[in-house]
Amino acid sequence: MTIPNVPPECYLVLSGILFTIGVIGALTRRNAIVVFMCIELMLNAVNISFVALSRFLQSLDGVLFAFFVIAVAAAEAAVGLAIFVMIYRSKETINVDEINILKW
Amino acid sequence: MAENIATIFQWLVFLGAAFGSIIASLLVITRKNPIHSALFLVLTFLCVSVLYVLLYQQFMFIIQIFVYAGAIAMLIVFVLMLLDLEVEVRSGLKLFYSKAIGGVLAVLFLFGIIYSVVAKSPTGKVGSYAPDKLSGNVKAVGQMLFTQYLFPFEIVSVLLAAAIIGAVILSKKRT
Repeated sequence: MTIPNVPPECYLVLSGILFTIGVIGALTRRNAIVVFMCIELMLNAVNISFVALSRFLQSLDGVLFAFFVIAVAAAEAAVGLAIFVMIYRSKETINVDEINILKW
Repeated sequence: MAENIATIFQWLVFLGAAFGSIIASLLVITRKNPIHSALFLVLTFLCVSVLYVLLYQQFMFIIQIFVYAGAIAMLIVFVLMLLDLEVEVRSGLKLFYSKAIGGVLAVLFLFGIIYSVVAKSPTGKVGSYAPDKLSGNVKAVGQMLFTQYLFPFEIVSVLLAAAIIGAVILSKKRT
């Protein structure tokens, strides 16, 4: 009797679970930086499914897409955190419920 | 028999990394202190990088550790220390309803994902690249990146340069 390898469905379900946890966090938390962390969690979950499908379809395209996703996430982190610092300087808070105007 | 033992270890590592990442990400979204959330985020990234090793993708493993667990998490912790944050205020009743509705919708979305994954096994054009035959895939990734994906690579370099300049200009103090 041989035990089967880990099927790709397991990785895809894990990716879906992590993505859903990220969505719930982004919808329920009020701290802007925690919302930002949840967005990183969602990007990471998408990367898992890219890499898993790239492994099981034996092609490298998924890995390169995940690489570009990571590059975009890094750019987003730099700009997003700079925006949070600027909002904190002018509003003294980064609670997303209080940052509800476009002009101040 | 030897193959069975290797497969059992593969399952054990997969289950450990999977449950570790799920528990760590649940802790990310439930901790009140943002610093604790950031540290559990690093734990989630490390568990996911273990999964990349299990998928024979060494390049993604290195990039995940360097960029996510190193650079991005460090940036988040640094900004958290820069801002003097009070503990998150407890939300009122109106917010509770929006939280409940959002959570229920997200769980329905999860059921949609699981159904679409289980209903039909993933199909597609199978390529010629077999990662478990190679000793490392960094060379293959580099070759493909600088030939077939050269143009997106250049675009990403422009994007990163723009992000650096934008971050510097945004965080500069106004005079």
